[in-house]
Amino acid sequence: MKRHLTNHSLDALVARIGKTDVLACYQCKKCSAGCPVSPDMDILPHQVIRMIQFGMKERLLNSKTIWLCASCETCTARCPNDVDLAKIMDVLRQMATNSGEPLGDSRVPFFHSAFLSSIRRRGRIYELGMIAKYKLKNREFKKDIKLGIMMFLKGKLKLLSSKIKGKKEIKDIFSQVKKGVIG
Amino acid sequence: MKLSYYPGCSLHGTAKEYDESTRAVCYQLGIELIELEDWNCCGASSAHSTDEFLSNALPERNLKIAANTGLDLLVPCAACYSRMMTAGKENPSLKPTVKIRNLPELLREEDNFNRIREQVKTPLEGLKIACYYGCLLTRPPKLTEVKDYENPQTMDDLVSILDGETVSWPYKTECCGGSLAITHTDIVKRLTRRIIEMAMEAEADCLVTACPMCQANLDTRQDETSRDEGKEYNLPIFYITELIGLAIDGKKSGRWWKRHFVDPMPLLNSKGLI
Repeated sequence: MKRHLTNHSLDALVARIGKTDVLACYQCKKCSAGCPVSPDMDILPHQVIRMIQFGMKERLLNSKTIWLCASCETCTARCPNDVDLAKIMDVLRQMATNSGEPLGDSRVPFFHSAFLSSIRRRGRIYELGMIAKYKLKNREFKKDIKLGIMMFLKGKLKLLSSKIKGKKEIKDIFSQVKKGVIG
Repeated sequence: MKLSYYPGCSLHGTAKEYDESTRAVCYQLGIELIELEDWNCCGASSAHSTDEFLSNALPERNLKIAANTGLDLLVPCAACYSRMMTAGKENPSLKPTVKIRNLPELLREEDNFNRIREQVKTPLEGLKIACYYGCLLTRPPKLTEVKDYENPQTMDDLVSILDGETVSWPYKTECCGGSLAITHTDIVKRLTRRIIEMAMEAEADCLVTACPMCQANLDTRQDETSRDEGKEYNLPIFYITELIGLAIDGKKSGRWWKRHFVDPMPLLNSKGLI
């Protein structure tokens, strides 16, 4: 994989973290054709690869696309050139989260942040607390309240949280993640 | 057979009936499940979307605990299974000692498969079932090593030995949008409606899955979709273990149905299965 222009170019960076060869793409668009969320994306999956080759970092990290990708792995499974696009989406999301710049979608990054802070505190997900935190941050109080009540009545939502014994180990893992990445 | 058991957060919460039916079926088949001690959340899509180190370190802690037991690890949640497999691949030192198993594959193994066949007391005759595999049980095939990832068969085979009728349909592995369920409900409603409509078009009475995200996503939104579309959506969504449990030991199944949003009882009643 020594076809990159420089070691610091976007394609080299993505290839290194994602362990996949971005330059192998020949734009057959199979990824975009099979993507279940492509109708909602601002940049189509095959365009993401092309833009990485062109080094259009800012445009990609500001896109909605990287947050709408549902990580279903259909693109990766079908790529004739073995480009791991689902993994590339991960790398772009990680880069965007780390950049400190405004993001192309607020809901999904808020959700990830609430989800991870629940794990950091307890070692496991406390669904009620996590969803409340997400809704507070996102000001979406009314949406899905009925669903939540039904879940509770069916014994699917716990009122009280539980913590694991190895909290310190979890804390140590989280201490190795860059500050500010998880709210 | 003795296995370590990683329920994951969903099976302790929103997918309680998956946990209950998995334990019941494994008990019937003589598979002893020992819950992994002090397990932690695998990090799910939030960890791999946020930080590379975190996405491997969280499942790795579980794999290390599992390695000490010397037993294979059963991971019924498709999303947890995918994260564990990925972490195992990234850290090869863990892999030879821990074999990570998903539920349809475990139950499809020759011994377990034959045992299920021998134990069927209530054949699911007349029940037309759409087997829905979703994303992460089969994809990416390099990780899962599933060969027929566009048209998987494990659950179809299981349903067949219960005497249920599988339907042929094209959306077995279409994504339901599970990871966007809370954040982009509009997209998710479109995706789940398409899957349910296709199952109905294939004349299925119900759908069966082995993923807690798929089950919750497909089950909980039908009421809302019926209102939005002015058309009735009422397709029961089962876990594969619920159907096996019903067929081999119907007594325990009653409490599982109560946890569903689309009530499966009218369908099961009409087919004389309960």
